[in-house]
Amino acid sequence: MPGSRPVLDVRDVTKVYGEGDTLVRALDGVTLRVDRADYVAIMGSSGSGKSTLMNILGCLDVPSTGAYLIDGVDVGSLSDSQLALVRNRLIGFVFQAFNLIPRTSAVANVELPLAYSGIRSAERRRRAMFALDLVGLADRAGHQPNQLSGGQQQRVAVARALVTEPALLLADEPTGNLDSHATEEVLAVFEDLNAAGRTIVLITHEDEVGARADRLITLFDGRIVS
Amino acid sequence: MSPWEILRFALRGIGANKLRSSLTMLGILIGVAAVILLVAVGNGSAKAISDRIEALGTNTLTVMSTSRGSGGLTMAVAGALDDPVLAPDVASVSPVVSTSATLTYDGSDHEVSAFVGTTPDWFTASNFGVGSGSAFTADDEAQARRVTVIGQTVAEELFPGIDPVGVQVTIGGALFTVVGVLEEKSSSGFQDANDTAVAPISAVRQVIAGYGALSSILVEARGSGMVDTAQSEITTILDRKLPAGSSGTAAYRIQNASQLLETQTETADTFTTLLGAVAAISLLVGGIGITNIMLVTVTERTREIGIRKALGAPRRVILTQFLIEATLLSVIGGGLGVAAAVLGSRFEIVGVRPVIVPSSVVLALGVSILIGLFFGGLPAARAARLRPIDALRYE
Repeated sequence: MPGSRPVLDVRDVTKVYGEGDTLVRALDGVTLRVDRADYVAIMGSSGSGKSTLMNILGCLDVPSTGAYLIDGVDVGSLSDSQLALVRNRLIGFVFQAFNLIPRTSAVANVELPLAYSGIRSAERRRRAMFALDLVGLADRAGHQPNQLSGGQQQRVAVARALVTEPALLLADEPTGNLDSHATEEVLAVFEDLNAAGRTIVLITHEDEVGARADRLITLFDGRIVS
Repeated sequence: MSPWEILRFALRGIGANKLRSSLTMLGILIGVAAVILLVAVGNGSAKAISDRIEALGTNTLTVMSTSRGSGGLTMAVAGALDDPVLAPDVASVSPVVSTSATLTYDGSDHEVSAFVGTTPDWFTASNFGVGSGSAFTADDEAQARRVTVIGQTVAEELFPGIDPVGVQVTIGGALFTVVGVLEEKSSSGFQDANDTAVAPISAVRQVIAGYGALSSILVEARGSGMVDTAQSEITTILDRKLPAGSSGTAAYRIQNASQLLETQTETADTFTTLLGAVAAISLLVGGIGITNIMLVTVTERTREIGIRKALGAPRRVILTQFLIEATLLSVIGGGLGVAAAVLGSRFEIVGVRPVIVPSSVVLALGVSILIGLFFGGLPAARAARLRPIDALRYE
C-alpha cells in the first residue's frame, strides 16, 4: 500500500542535551512525515539540529520526548536486536565523518553491512564491488581508509550505505567533501535509487544539491521553519 | 551471522593491529612463563636436595663423637655395635677414620679432603658403587694391604686419560695400589663427594691416622623401615659403652639419614612455597598487565563498535567477536608462554635444573586466560550496550 502509510513519521520530537544552565534544546518539537519514494533535503545553519534529527531518523539516538515511527512501527518500542535489524535492513546511513573502520580495506568496509545480514562471502564480494564501481572506486577496493583521500573515503561510505539496497537512505552531508564531478555521480546514484522507489533523506548546505530534491525542509534552532 | 563468520571477523580484528596484538600476547607470555619457570626452579632444587640425600643412603646411621680427642669411639665400640643379639636390626657396622691426605703420582699431586679408612661394608652402606676395578676385600683389611679405591674427581685430576687401576700412588709417604674407581655420585653443595679415596682402615691407621679415636661409625640398618629401631638398639649399647660425661652431655651423637632427608625435604618445601608466593605475585602483576592492555584495546575500539552497531551489527555478534579476539590472544599468548617455559626448563637456571610442576602450568594458563577473557569481554560488553551515537562520540 504505497503512500498510505508514511515511511518516516516523526511526532513532536524533542532532544535535550545537558541540564540546568547548560541545557541545550537541539530539537524543539519537530513533526515530520516522509512518504515512500520521497526525496527530501534538510537544510539549515550549523547548530540548527540537522545532525541530531538525522541520528534519530537513523535509529542511532533516541528522542528525549515524542515518538518516531518507521513504516508504522514505533522505534521506541523495539528491542536492541530488533533495532539492529532495522539499521541493517531498512536504513543506509552516510556519516559526515565517514566512519570507516580503520586498517580495513575499502571493499571489506563496504561488505560489513552485508556480513551482518548473513549474506555469503562470494555474493558479498560481488555486491560490494558493484557498489564501489557505482561510486567510481572499484580500482581502490584494496586500499585502507588512511590511503584514500577525504572524497574517496566519503564515496566508500556512500557505497557502504548503498550496498544493502535499503528502502531508506539517510545521508549527512554526503557531498560535503566531493568535487563537482563526484558530487554529480553520487547525486545520480541517489536519483536512480529514488526512481527505483527508495526513500532518501539528506542533509546539505549546498543549494544546488538541495534543489535536486523533491522536497526541502529548513531547520532553525531545532524547529522546522519551512 | 554464522559463528565461522564471526571467527573470521575476530581474526581480521587481531590481524588489523599486529603490534598491539603481539604486545598483548607478549604480556601474557611473560606472565605465564615466569610463573611456570619459578615454580619449576623451586621444585627442581627441592628434587636435587632429596636426590643428594638419597644418594648418601637413607638406611644408615652415623655415630659421631661429641668430645674432641681421645676416649671417644674406638674399634671396640664399633665391634660392640655389631651384635646380632642386642642389635638385630643392624646389617653392618663400618668404623671410619677420615683424614685429609695428599696423593702423588708421576710428579703431580692432589689433595683429597677425605681419605677414608674403613671396612669393605662401607661401600654398600654409604651407597658408593665401584665403577671400574673392584673394592678392597675383608682380607685386604685384615692384612692391612696398601690398596685404595679413588673417587672420580681424583681419577680425573691425577690420571687424565689413563686407567688408574693397578697404578701405584703415594699417599702420606706410603705407596698404595689403586684397585678401583668409585662410581660418580651427585654431591651435596659445598663438598665434592667424588673427591675422595678409600682404603682399608688398618692400613690407613698404620700409615697416616694412627691408632687414636675413630672419626665416626657408619651403621647400616636392615631396611629403611628399620632405621629407627636400629637407632634405639645402638643407643642402648652406646650408652653402656660411652656413658655421658659429668656435665650430663652425651659422649656421642647419631645422625639419622632419613631424619636428615625429612628435614631437608621440609626446607625444600618451604622454598617451593616461597617461590610459589613469588610466582603468585608475578601472576598478579602479569594479570594486571593483561587487564590493562585489554581495557585499553577495547576502549580504543569503542568508536569501531559504534560504527558496527550503526551498520546493524547485533550486540551478540559484537560481543562474540571481541570475546573470540580476547580468547585467541590469551590462549595463543598463554600457549607460547608454556612453550617458552618448557624450553627454558631445559637449561640450568642459577645452578638448578628446573622440574616443571604440571599444576603450575594449569594454574598459570587458566588464570591468564580467565583474566584476558574477563577484562577483554567486560568493556566490550559495556561498549556494545551503548547507543551507537554514544559509542561513536566516545573519545
